[in-house]
Amino acid sequence: MLTRIRNWLDERFGLAELTAPLREKTVPIHSRSYWYFLGGITLFLFGIQVCTGILLLLYYRASASEAFESVQYIMTRVQFGWLVRSIHSWAANLMIFTAIAHMFSVLFLKAYRKPRELTWVSGMILLFLAMGFGFSGYLLPWNTLAFFATKVGTEIAGQVPFVGHQMMVFLRGGEEVTGATLTRFFGFHVAVLPGITTLLILLHVALIQRFGMSVPPDVEAKWKADPAQAREMHFFPNFLLRELMAWYIALGVLGALAALKPWDLGTKADPFAPAPAGIRPEWYFMFMFQTLKLIPAKIWFVDGELVGILVFGLAGLIWLLLPFFERERNGRSSRWILGLGVFALAYMASMTVYGYVAK
Amino acid sequence: MWRNKRFAVLWPFLGAALAVSAACAETPNSCVDCHSALDPPYKVTQDQFAQDIHAQKGLTCASCHGGDPTKDDQDAMSKKAGFRGHIDHKDVPALCGKCHSDAAYMRQFNPSLRTDQFSQYLTSVHGKLLAKGDTKVAVCTDCHGVHDLRPASDTRSKVHPLNVAQTCSRCHADAAYMKGYSIPTDQFAGYSASVHHEALAVRGDLSAPTCTTCHGNHGAAPPGVGTVQNVCATCHVFQAQLFASSPHKAAFEAASLPGCVTCHSNHRIAHPSDAMLGTGTQSVCTNCHTSGDAGYDAADKFHAQLAQLDTAVKTSDELLGRAESDGMEVSQPRLEQDQARDSLTKARVTIHSFNVARVDQDIQAGLKIAGKTHQEGEAALRERDYRRKGLAWSVVAIVLVLIGLRLYIRQIESGGKI
Amino acid sequence: MANEPISEVQSGRRRVVELFLGGGLLASFLSFVYPVIRYLVPPPVADLGGDEVVAAKVGELKANGSKIFRFGSRPGLLLLNAAGDYIALSATCTHLSCTVQYRADLHQVWCACHNGLYDLNGRNIAGPPPRPLEAFQVHIRGDEIVVSRKRGA
Repeated sequence: MLTRIRNWLDERFGLAELTAPLREKTVPIHSRSYWYFLGGITLFLFGIQVCTGILLLLYYRASASEAFESVQYIMTRVQFGWLVRSIHSWAANLMIFTAIAHMFSVLFLKAYRKPRELTWVSGMILLFLAMGFGFSGYLLPWNTLAFFATKVGTEIAGQVPFVGHQMMVFLRGGEEVTGATLTRFFGFHVAVLPGITTLLILLHVALIQRFGMSVPPDVEAKWKADPAQAREMHFFPNFLLRELMAWYIALGVLGALAALKPWDLGTKADPFAPAPAGIRPEWYFMFMFQTLKLIPAKIWFVDGELVGILVFGLAGLIWLLLPFFERERNGRSSRWILGLGVFALAYMASMTVYGYVAK
Repeated sequence: MWRNKRFAVLWPFLGAALAVSAACAETPNSCVDCHSALDPPYKVTQDQFAQDIHAQKGLTCASCHGGDPTKDDQDAMSKKAGFRGHIDHKDVPALCGKCHSDAAYMRQFNPSLRTDQFSQYLTSVHGKLLAKGDTKVAVCTDCHGVHDLRPASDTRSKVHPLNVAQTCSRCHADAAYMKGYSIPTDQFAGYSASVHHEALAVRGDLSAPTCTTCHGNHGAAPPGVGTVQNVCATCHVFQAQLFASSPHKAAFEAASLPGCVTCHSNHRIAHPSDAMLGTGTQSVCTNCHTSGDAGYDAADKFHAQLAQLDTAVKTSDELLGRAESDGMEVSQPRLEQDQARDSLTKARVTIHSFNVARVDQDIQAGLKIAGKTHQEGEAALRERDYRRKGLAWSVVAIVLVLIGLRLYIRQIESGGKI
Repeated sequence: MANEPISEVQSGRRRVVELFLGGGLLASFLSFVYPVIRYLVPPPVADLGGDEVVAAKVGELKANGSKIFRFGSRPGLLLLNAAGDYIALSATCTHLSCTVQYRADLHQVWCACHNGLYDLNGRNIAGPPPRPLEAFQVHIRGDEIVVSRKRGA
């Protein structure tokens, strides 16, 4: 039956010819091959987000007076609504986690080096987009914590010199966080960001297909010296089947999280109530938030928070353009980047933990 | 510079400024001119007097003290000008009353102001003692202030509801001052610890009682032993009605016990607790009732009933809390719990009938609701378990797939051999 | 795939693999699809209960009668006055949050806790309550009495 469909398509589209490169595609196998799964898992989780997101769209209402109630409705009245919503919330966090892990694995395995610089750049932009998804999606249930987290977050954006205030007004849809902000964030979350992300994912995957999988420098050297040592695996079906296993494990983890640790709903946001104690951003912003809290009010004659924002902005820019800083293979710049990567990972991890442990 | 022809153009402006300021200057008030420079108790400044409601309505020093503020020095304070000098303590109420009891006069300023303050004052303990020659008692100026007297609605006024207790306590909490009078001086301390003070000062509920609410303000006198419950009944209607129909009313009257105050105290009214009932150490019932009499048994029953409903409500709360922390949405039963708590409140009010059957009605109504919410809580937990079972099944399916994939991979990679 | 003939044992093993894989895939697929299908079917009660709710059915209340209904997370009071109009007010007393009730004898809304009184517009007219009760809009839709929050100024 499948053969008959395949032949029908082949006669018209030259299917065999089109899929030939896919059938030829191989994945290098070495001690660190397991890290190759992270990208696929991130893509899979994005797919989950799109599916659960579309399902949520069937019942969610994006106005300040109905948003909270509609999420409550999904959690209590809609059949398996609790499952869809909790999976969406958990997968969001998992996706950002795997995206960050994927980024660091690419960094430490040096997969960003020539000719894959643009793959890195597109990937970094995707990471920023993922965090944008997280920030915009967080507000949508319109609960107290999200409302104030958005207030603080957009306030920080407003501190950027020259364009800060316009940026903040653009994000908020006004001077304050109101129902207009909710509508705007909803538009970003379900239309603008998905559109840009889809295009970038296509670019990112196309680039990967073009260049094939990168191999760490030491393995590359070993295999160049002795080609017989090189091991490869067919992507289709062998690697894909293993990838499928990883995806199924992710599904199991998501289901367990949704059923055993469902996502909280909180209380409806009241713009006139004072901010409750312990307002925190989501964990992926925590390291920046905690850093800003620790910076003294004034550094020299410059406002402390402004210094923090500028430093993070600069760090983001450097990170985006990282491959272009590596001058030669295994040279000084290469070791600098490795050191920077270790420092960044350690800093982010410790600041995140600190942010949760500190009062 | 001023002789320079070019600046001559400024002269008319300077002249005009002087003329305008002269015209705007207040009518000469020699009283304040001198007295603002004196030491207390003669010191009265313009700033101070500007805050006074009388000054704002157009009255002057002369309105009460006589004299002529347009003259200087001793002419202003001459007998010919009608100067009265310092008003004696005992003469203050009559002086204030001269205007404030004149309805026709007061109508010009504020038609809705009462004009019976002076006549009320004469019926008060302060008024009666003053008439007998006691000058230690409070007169108008002691509570309302003088020279910077503000209306009672002004939060800075000494007789604004939030400040009344403080004002009364200036004398009534001063043990040395109150020596010689046969009343205690712990009222302010007691009131400050009371639930009424908390409502007023902490919650800002201006409808909560302060000293004058129960004692009266101008006609201040403690409510008599037989009439205390009328005072409490102004707000606590239900309790008073139930009490009036209970056996305690006649019994208390016969024993000259002061109604509500007997169990709840008068100033140090604490938030009532269920421990006030029953036969425990904090019970007020055992002050009169002893083991064996009907009242003792009833007290026991009341305590048991309230404890039963309280426990039922708390159990449901705890169950719903557990369901909530496990991710179940229980806002509907939570709302019904509010109704159960309302029943408990109602039962605590019905206690004042001291009728076991009557109280039982409210208890049963509350237990019914608490029972329902308990069931809903258990249903929520069952739903949670159903979800976990569903999860377990899907995990089994996933594990099957994982094993299958593993085997399949091995199969195709070892050339058909596994 | 191998072209050599496979032994009985191996074909048996292949069966086992097929069973695990095929059965597992089917089972897991069903466990994903089943909730989604159920999710797509809208629940019987379509209203969110936040800004609008069906408080009662026509004919449920007698003349001069009242009912407490749930509105969002707070109780509401629906009453039928002498003129035959439905009136809906918040049932949470503005003094200390006790639940108020309709007094048919007084034609007013009363709070038993501290003797607070409100008129049928929700205005606090006697006793400690500092603010009026929020008044809601009432529409009759078919045989349903729908209560919603007032919009606009």
